[in-house]
Amino acid sequence: MTGRAAQSTRPPPRRDAWAKVTGRAGYAIDATMANMAHAAVVRAERAHAQITAIDRAQAQCAPGVVGVLTSDDLGDLGRRFGHIIPDHPILALGKVRHYGEPVAVVVAETAHEAADAAELVWVDYEDLPTLTDAAAALASDVCIHEESYLEPGHRFLDVAPTASTGNVAHRDELVWGDVDAALTVAVTVVETSATFPLVYGYAMETYNTLADWQPDGLHVISTAQHPLMIRRDLAQIFSLPLAAVRVEVPYIGGGYGSKSYTKLEPLASVASWAVGRPVKVTTDVEAAMYTTRADSAFVTVRTGFDADARIVARDIDIRFDTGAYADNSPLVLTKSINRSFGPYRVPNLRVRGTAVYTNTTPASSYRGFGAPQGALAAELNMDMAAERLGIDPVELRRRNLVGPGETLIDGKRRLDADLGADLDAVADELDRHRRSPTPGIRRGRAVAITASDAGASPISTAQVRMHADGSVTLLTSSTEMGQGSSTALAKIAARALQVPVETVAVAQSDTRFTPFEWTTGASRTTTIAGLAVQAACTDLWQSLRAKAAESAGVAVDGVTVQDGSIRVGGATLEPGEVIGQWFGADAGEVVGIGVVRRDGITAVLPPFWEIGVVGVEVAVDETTGEVTIEHLVTIGDVGHAIEPELVKGQDLGAATQGLGIALWEEMVYEGQQLTNPNLVEYRVPRLRDMPERITSLLAERSDGIGPYGAKGAGEGALNPVPAAVAAAVGRAVGAWPTELPLTPARVWALLR
Amino acid sequence: MTPLTGSSGRRGPVAVTSTVIRFRLNGHAIEALVPIRLTAAELLRDRLGLTGTKVSCQLQVCGVCTVLVDGNPVSSCATLACDLDGTEVVTIEGLARGRDLHPVQEAFMEAGALQCGYCTPGFVMMTVGLLTAHRNPDRAMVQEWLDGNLCRCTGYQPIETAVMVAARQMTPRASEPEPEGDR
Repeated sequence: MTGRAAQSTRPPPRRDAWAKVTGRAGYAIDATMANMAHAAVVRAERAHAQITAIDRAQAQCAPGVVGVLTSDDLGDLGRRFGHIIPDHPILALGKVRHYGEPVAVVVAETAHEAADAAELVWVDYEDLPTLTDAAAALASDVCIHEESYLEPGHRFLDVAPTASTGNVAHRDELVWGDVDAALTVAVTVVETSATFPLVYGYAMETYNTLADWQPDGLHVISTAQHPLMIRRDLAQIFSLPLAAVRVEVPYIGGGYGSKSYTKLEPLASVASWAVGRPVKVTTDVEAAMYTTRADSAFVTVRTGFDADARIVARDIDIRFDTGAYADNSPLVLTKSINRSFGPYRVPNLRVRGTAVYTNTTPASSYRGFGAPQGALAAELNMDMAAERLGIDPVELRRRNLVGPGETLIDGKRRLDADLGADLDAVADELDRHRRSPTPGIRRGRAVAITASDAGASPISTAQVRMHADGSVTLLTSSTEMGQGSSTALAKIAARALQVPVETVAVAQSDTRFTPFEWTTGASRTTTIAGLAVQAACTDLWQSLRAKAAESAGVAVDGVTVQDGSIRVGGATLEPGEVIGQWFGADAGEVVGIGVVRRDGITAVLPPFWEIGVVGVEVAVDETTGEVTIEHLVTIGDVGHAIEPELVKGQDLGAATQGLGIALWEEMVYEGQQLTNPNLVEYRVPRLRDMPERITSLLAERSDGIGPYGAKGAGEGALNPVPAAVAAAVGRAVGAWPTELPLTPARVWALLR
Repeated sequence: MTPLTGSSGRRGPVAVTSTVIRFRLNGHAIEALVPIRLTAAELLRDRLGLTGTKVSCQLQVCGVCTVLVDGNPVSSCATLACDLDGTEVVTIEGLARGRDLHPVQEAFMEAGALQCGYCTPGFVMMTVGLLTAHRNPDRAMVQEWLDGNLCRCTGYQPIETAVMVAARQMTPRASEPEPEGDR
């Protein structure tokens, strides 16, 4: 090919690039097994109803059908899952709680036959009152869940779930000082309420799982961000030891949090168990929209300011619409509370959160994890306050920001970022490219800021195997979903071992072979898994030193590491030579193990604060209400960018999803049913929606605990975007929005 | 491998009607007995093992299933396999010459125009279709052609850059134009 030489100064492409441009990259949807059967899921056509009868006789006789399964057929298997609240039936247990809930599974020789037969499963329902709105569900006497499923004392990270009452899935709060007293003496109090829409992550590869049950264990290939979490859930359902459950994760066609925790895996696994063959369950977009969405939220913020425009108190109420099952929403709620009041000095704080069960698709993690929901109202509130106080919104934020090393939340890590510098950089870029007035167009600019207690639980293990030629195989259970973890982790290993990065192979996540990883989420991989990789490399050097000493017959103290080589008794050996000498052949390998746990630099949580600082300039067409993003500014405050282009890619991708929420994306329920379960009516950002100008900044201050001072990226640039767009549109049209997405109809109404 | 004819099952009549099609796929002659309702994407992915072509929206909105039929980009999830009869089909697997990638594939790699990669085959095929029809497209034309392909990871900017890079590489000029700067 021509043109390669001219581009040789560019960084090498990401290591999955060749496989992905040639169609060779394997995803769960591509997985097959010998004698594989196909499943079609019979989904509820009611939002809330008792199941009075399921007639499967016709389906069982249909061509190609291997079996038809309902919850009655699960024998001794567990019937529910849910890592925080085990409220989620694998197949409906006498009742359905949302439209599209799995009621039965038809397994057949081909996907077409399964789908045909699924049409022949007749389900009789007795309707119950439908509660698709969180406020209505809170006020209602009708209980979506009649019982509590909790085992006493069960905890998951920061969340200690309480028995649900009414339709409350979870409550939490964060309180200090005396908010009521402070608001009474405040010079100015500004109140904002805003609705964050029901959104769907739309990973372009939908949820897909292939499961193979055999008497000695279960093998699952799935679109799963957190294979070790799924292994635990499946082990419980099947009463199997963890080692008997193998969860393999090929390339994932987009995750964004929407593929965290357990989704289709129990369904595919019980189907395989029932028919004694490998069973593949796939979803189309409609089924995916019935599987998981993000929590929508109604948030009210009251902020009191003193005469110098300094915050004296914030009083915040967050109400999540969590859908029919809790999934990860209790943790999302707790994090939303922590992230809602902004990285500001707030001497008196009260944040109360409620996650409400409704008869809609269950909500769970989505990129940003509660931060965008809270920030929409809270950051909009800062812009409204700036207007009321008559000061510049950037200056108002600057005056109240928490500084580097200061505390945001007592007992948590002090702020490991310079938000003032980030804010100035973003605001300067926005000002520098300010557009001149155009007739018929209203323009507005805004910035917004978030800080998230990210990184999740600092539990990670990594293994580096050095071979006799000095090349390395890196084993990690971090899943590659496009974020570039395999590229970044290989680079971290290569730097620690001083070997060319091309000689580091990275294994695909597979719980049978790759070591324990808490999750791939919370923007944690480069920092937490990166530290585990570095520790594994340190361990590998120790092992090489010990083996070199043993081979030379000297004490370990006499062996040193220098420039990627081993020096022993005046001789300099390449690591591969040390391995060969010790094994007595040009063969063998040495393994280093690295562990990260809640200890040392990761003792204090969060492992890092993930920063989101963005600026937007919008143009609003006066006649149509259509909003165009003219300038988007992001700053990746990542401490150290292991792969700068990948960080910028994460930032633009995250910000673009934020623009989708701000302007287009919304799941709309009418009556029992989702009215737009497809990508024609659920509109996501398209190429022509790209901002006219994109400025992607990096802030590298080596202020993180990760390798070379790195901190996480991936979510920060989404978190403040919906708020920034809302504020910019509000400023442009002269009326503050209260609801996203800002469709032309809504903006047109604001204009009038 | 699933049988090429509709399975007859345990009882009842064969419910599907099939037809024999002949077409060229990535340069090779194919003859297959396909059920009428089988889509081109299902034929390629499930029966012929060419899983590089992806499926997602099933409504011709997302573009991940794009293949070239007689040189034109087509959504294979919304095309019946039987309609491929007599055509020349090229999929993502048919672009490279052995180890040598197509310039569009090279450009997507070099420009970092992918993350999860699920949309990549569709974008690459649409770009090949565009550059076959228009050797030297301007930005508006690129945007028009690629607006029917979705990407959820990249924010599109690197993809647009890759297309412009590929266009330049496929159309040698006397003097190399300025590289794309920041938008």
